Amino acid sequence: MRAADALFQALKAEGVEHVFGIPGGANLPIYDALYDADLIHIQARHEQGAGHAAEGYAKATGKVGVAMATSGPGATNLITAIADANLDSVPTVFITGQVRTDQIGTDGFQEADVTGMTLPVVKHSFLVTDPRQIPDYIHQAFHIASTGRPGPVLVDIPQDLSRAEIDYQPAQGTPTLPGYKPPTEGNIKQIRIAAKALANSRRPVIYGGGGIVNANASTEFREFCLTDRLPVTLTVMGLGAFEAPHEQWLGMLGMHGTRAANYAMDEADLIVCVGARFDDRITGKLSEFAPRAKFVHIDVDPAEISKNVPAHIPIVGDAADVLPKLTREYRALDADSSRLDDWWQRIRAWQNEHPLRYEDSHDSEIKPQFMIEAMYEATEGDAIITSDVGQHQMWAAQYYHFSEPRRWLNSGGLGTMGFGLPAAIGAKVARPDETVVCLAGDGSLVMVCQEFATAAQHEIPVKVFLMNNGHFGMVRQWQELFWQERYQSVAMGPSPDWPKLAEAFGWTGMQCSDKAELRDAMRAALDTEGPVLLDVRVTQNENCYPMIPAGHAARDMVG
Amino acid sequence: MSEPGTQDVVRLEDLEASRQLTGRKHILSLLVEDKPGVLARIAGLFSRRGFNIDTLAVGPTDDPDVSRITLTLDGAVHPIDQVTKQLHKLVNVIKIRDMEPNGTVAREMALFRVNASVEGRAEIMQFAEIYEAKVVDVSRRSLTIEVTGSQEKVDSFERMVRPHGLIEMARTGEVAITKSRPEA
Ligand SMILES: Cc1cc2nc3c(=O)[nH]c(=O)nc-3n(C[C@H](O)[C@H](O)[C@H](O)COP(=O)(O)OP(=O)(O)OC[C@H]3O[C@@H](n4cnc5c(N)ncnc54)[C@H](O)[C@@H]3O)c2cc1C
Ligand SMILES: Cc1ncc(C[n+]2csc(CCOP(=O)(O)OP(=O)(O)O)c2C)c(N)n1
Repeated sequence: MRAADALFQALKAEGVEHVFGIPGGANLPIYDALYDADLIHIQARHEQGAGHAAEGYAKATGKVGVAMATSGPGATNLITAIADANLDSVPTVFITGQVRTDQIGTDGFQEADVTGMTLPVVKHSFLVTDPRQIPDYIHQAFHIASTGRPGPVLVDIPQDLSRAEIDYQPAQGTPTLPGYKPPTEGNIKQIRIAAKALANSRRPVIYGGGGIVNANASTEFREFCLTDRLPVTLTVMGLGAFEAPHEQWLGMLGMHGTRAANYAMDEADLIVCVGARFDDRITGKLSEFAPRAKFVHIDVDPAEISKNVPAHIPIVGDAADVLPKLTREYRALDADSSRLDDWWQRIRAWQNEHPLRYEDSHDSEIKPQFMIEAMYEATEGDAIITSDVGQHQMWAAQYYHFSEPRRWLNSGGLGTMGFGLPAAIGAKVARPDETVVCLAGDGSLVMVCQEFATAAQHEIPVKVFLMNNGHFGMVRQWQELFWQERYQSVAMGPSPDWPKLAEAFGWTGMQCSDKAELRDAMRAALDTEGPVLLDVRVTQNENCYPMIPAGHAARDMVG
Repeated sequence: MSEPGTQDVVRLEDLEASRQLTGRKHILSLLVEDKPGVLARIAGLFSRRGFNIDTLAVGPTDDPDVSRITLTLDGAVHPIDQVTKQLHKLVNVIKIRDMEPNGTVAREMALFRVNASVEGRAEIMQFAEIYEAKVVDVSRRSLTIEVTGSQEKVDSFERMVRPHGLIEMARTGEVAITKSRPEA
């Protein structure tokens, strides 16, 4: 069998149904094999789009997303998506064509050392040197990408090797890799100590993150939080792991989190971190982060523990394994819930004094926060929302109440503008029965708008709600607040006629600039068949508040 | 409810986070799969995470598929725990040992070419003898000396001969192996 055919056999064996990609010279044998393969290929319009679509597919399902590209420019175009998947721990496999083995190292046509270039941003990578390795490497790649802390794995295949003949034997069982043994079970002694510390804590906060979503452990997380009146906050990556609103829910924490969540972190005596990584958007100034707290840190990646903030009770393990044990141990202690009364009183005071709020317009103008609220109402909270990067992303995190996991797909770690549209395409392919809405920024969307063609060609009915503020809003905000209003390169100039642009690609285009009509416009967009873009003209100079200025402490929140 | 290893009550005041910096030199001995790019992965990890390697030595082991990489780094500057955990994440790294200073034999080899004027030559030869070093090449103006020993010994030898004028120096970096335990 041709190695390229074995490649698809191996992908099928891994349960792959969809791949995203673009062909070219070096992966021609692979695309030739695809001709006969029983797989659906979504032809993206830029490899970055294929990569983000694979991420959206993976984030929406937890399954491994797959993207393919040719050598050289195809492969380099993928790199942004690979780096994105790395920082957000997205299970993905990227398959690139490489120049023929005899050309490697000769600066051959379309040669780029993609294995070398991506070393810092992959969980692992394979450069195929023998065609027989191809199916094995695919199985290993899937195993590595999807277990432990998930991440991107690259398989780079020289053209001559993918067209070589090999003896293909379907693989049996889990591949064994001598240097790869992700931890699963948490140490029960540590879990007991954590339960006892929690029982003794008077000002606890549960700080959860994307790891809960990765672990598919939202149910276990909720159960743990509800064993007592434990205050809960989540990172932007964790949103949906706990239902919002809820009486124990403090809102998101961090730079654009709620005051209640950030102040609670600041005054906590014990912080239980579950599957989050103490990112600088959370800690702000490290030396002043949660100065009174002791830390329990639950993470499947041992290297995350004490990386940024020293842990007092480290627990290495899968959240899905650790949380039920922690719940059991904590219950057994029968802790006195009334010890938390004073703490809740304090938290309620913050919540009452500083709710999330904005000043609505007195005319027909659409405030961006209003747009998110309208989106929540129009979708009835029942949609997968993908997002680009900027103010709109943060407003969505604040004002759209995510109450289930895998329904809020955004680029947190790398903060990649343009993530939203291709991710929505991937999510819709994976979850055809769900409503999938991309909340786009006008700066972000134009970076990837060629993917309109992908959705049109493959009839993928995603909806794009464009928050059009005519600016790189987030950067404009920083220039206003921290750079003396010296606005440089943040206005978008003449806006493209977005509805027309969408229509040019075969989409339905709509526009709305009147508050009173917005919900109906959104409903109409959702009810219209096929892909739809709704261009929503919002206030141009609104700032996203509250905010902890970069490098400051939670106490210094402004707005 | 009492059980070995866990106290009944855990008071928050008593909890301490593990110390980050050890303040001493560490020798890490890594067993890695002999695959293309392994060294690049390790070197890349160090530069990306801002860890500074003092010395690095690579060589075969008794298993042809496995190489040994010996690294030394300064535990006063880097949290060694974090370094080893990051290294462990590399799929091709099979095993890491943070060598126990008392239970380890560590050696490096170095070659020094030193200016050896007529007046200085005797002193250099004397040093060589004290350090159990070998003269491996001689010319009218210079001596080339091979020294083997711990990093500290080689450092010390360097300090002795430097005033004579060091023309060139090549050091391998330490390799290390655990000491066998005294038989019971
Ligand atoms: C413009 C902008 C503004 C931002 N502002 C904010 C903000 O205000 N607030 C905010 O929260 N973020 C904000 N972010 C996002 C931020 O940059 C980080 O991406 C985010 O905080 C990281 O989330 P996390 O800690 O949940 O980690 P993730 O990146 O989601 O990592 C997950 C962690 O869980 C662990 N893990 C994975 N699987 C498991 C498992 N099975 N079991 C246990 N552990 C597991 C991983 O090892 C990792 O440590 C912003 C981003 C942008 C672009
Ligand atoms: C690819 C990329 N380039 C640049 C940036 C820096 N950046 C962060 S937010 C932002 C503006 C985003 O503008 P827009 O998509 O219109 O969203 P808004 O903030 O206006 O809601 C920019 C340029 C980035 N995050 N990603």
